[in-house]
Amino acid sequence: MSGSVLVVMEQRGGAWNRMSWETLAAAQQLAVQTGQTVTAAVVGSGVAGLAADLATKKLDKVYAVDHPLLAAYTADGFTAAIEQLIKHAAPSLVLFPHTYQVRDFAPKLATRFGQVLISDTIGFRVDAGAPVFARQLFQGKLNADVKPTGSAPHFASIQAGAFRADQLQPGSAAVENFAPTLSADQIRAKPLEPFRESARAVDLTAAEIIVSVGRGIKEKENIPIVEELAKALGAELAASRPICDSGWLPMERQVGSSGQTVSPKVYMAVGISGAIQHLVGMKGAKTIVAINKDANAPIFEVADYGIVGDLFEIVPALVEEVKKAKG
Amino acid sequence: MKIIVSIKQVPVRDSQLRIDAGGRWIQENDLSFEINEPDAYALEEALQLKEKHGGEVIALCAGPARASQTIREALAKGADRAIHIEEEHLTAFDTLGIATMLAKAAGPEKPDLILTGLQSDDLGYGQTGVVLAEILGLPHATIIMAVEDNGAGIRVKRELEDGWFQNVEMPLPAVLTIQSGINKLRYATLMGIKKAKTKEVKRLTVAELGVAPAASAMIEKVYLPQRTKQTQMLGGSAKEAAAKLVEKLKFEVRVI
Repeated sequence: MSGSVLVVMEQRGGAWNRMSWETLAAAQQLAVQTGQTVTAAVVGSGVAGLAADLATKKLDKVYAVDHPLLAAYTADGFTAAIEQLIKHAAPSLVLFPHTYQVRDFAPKLATRFGQVLISDTIGFRVDAGAPVFARQLFQGKLNADVKPTGSAPHFASIQAGAFRADQLQPGSAAVENFAPTLSADQIRAKPLEPFRESARAVDLTAAEIIVSVGRGIKEKENIPIVEELAKALGAELAASRPICDSGWLPMERQVGSSGQTVSPKVYMAVGISGAIQHLVGMKGAKTIVAINKDANAPIFEVADYGIVGDLFEIVPALVEEVKKAKG
Repeated sequence: MKIIVSIKQVPVRDSQLRIDAGGRWIQENDLSFEINEPDAYALEEALQLKEKHGGEVIALCAGPARASQTIREALAKGADRAIHIEEEHLTAFDTLGIATMLAKAAGPEKPDLILTGLQSDDLGYGQTGVVLAEILGLPHATIIMAVEDNGAGIRVKRELEDGWFQNVEMPLPAVLTIQSGINKLRYATLMGIKKAKTKEVKRLTVAELGVAPAASAMIEKVYLPQRTKQTQMLGGSAKEAAAKLVEKLKFEVRVI
């Protein structure tokens, strides 16, 4: 297959989003199998330094997409700029890290080329010289192989953790400056400064053991059941998003893509099915224990130890055994 | 404010899924269906905006005949009327096709605001709202946790990663994708359920809207995910399983 794979990197305020490197590694691996070249683009205002950093990787070319109107992210600005770059560079495939920002503009960009973004992919295989992407369906219960069809360019985004940044090949690439044509009246939304709600009172990232609770707990009144297990183990109590959405535990105890990312010694998931938004926040844990009534729950795919059964029977039994073991 | 809420019907959350004979989708005949959860929050947000600012809420749904149950529930919760794009074989359309039919149904209504959930619980592409906005030529914002009228347009609160947020000001009309947890969902009242029966549901077909089933991204195969780890399953009674786990935590993981 001829043509190139273009990776659109993500940066904010001059700092890379680390998922960009994973996506670049994915592109390098894909290109080896399809016999294509890899190019990468950095988008923003005053990105020469970032472009030089990017040029130390094994790439055919680095595009520095620079414009004062790209200083702050807007869907209108980024879509227009990258649309112009794609028309100029004519890649056959455009890859993005599956970040919140990419979710905001990449579908819009793909639409301009009559394509859809094959989003949140977890891997690929090459079939007759062309990539077929694997992605999750039904919150991770099933997988699907999705093949891009129709005329190039095709668009796909890569899930966090699906590829390893440390497998990135170093090299030396030429930098091409690309100045898109943008005007202020094209940009309809006005973004204000990002902020955090409040200083976090709970730092889950420091915890050695985390007991985390999900929908399986059924109602707020049942939370003390897992609270007691956390106490017995000397663990921090955490939760999946729906528990915090319902106000059963404070938002600051949420683990997942919109909450905290943790990597404790032990992560015990109680009544958590393991939707991808949760898994990205905890799959770095050294040991994962899952307790769930559904043997097919995706959480068991990442678990080291699993118990299939009723948490309302298992958790109290566990509290008793932990107390016994601790004497 | 005239608000269209685009909703989708998906299998209920705890469904036991089985792959169909063709290997490209799931067996749907023995499943129960419900509103896609983020769409339920989008509907609630629309109802609350209407209560604050007046106007109309229209539920828009593309789906087979069974989706009329989900549409009726939206009407029972307070939507004023609905548009049902009735199509039995939606899997033949990709996101672009679906968004095109939604745009063709929504466009003539000239809404001030279109809301939808940030992603679906089945396909999970997370892009129908954004594509819909692009087709209609409207500005959009995604993963929204608050919507307020600021006189000139709206000010929305976008969720970013790792507990960060960002406010964005934008003109109307616009499309927003709503994050779960933005509000507290209401239940339909008995009165609401009764009223829903008299509310208008406009039925459209894909043929009437002139959208051909084309796919730019095709599902080749659906399969069970590979386990990435060797999971040690601990069986027996609750007490036995608990005792085995504590032994592992004490002697293998060494945290007790």
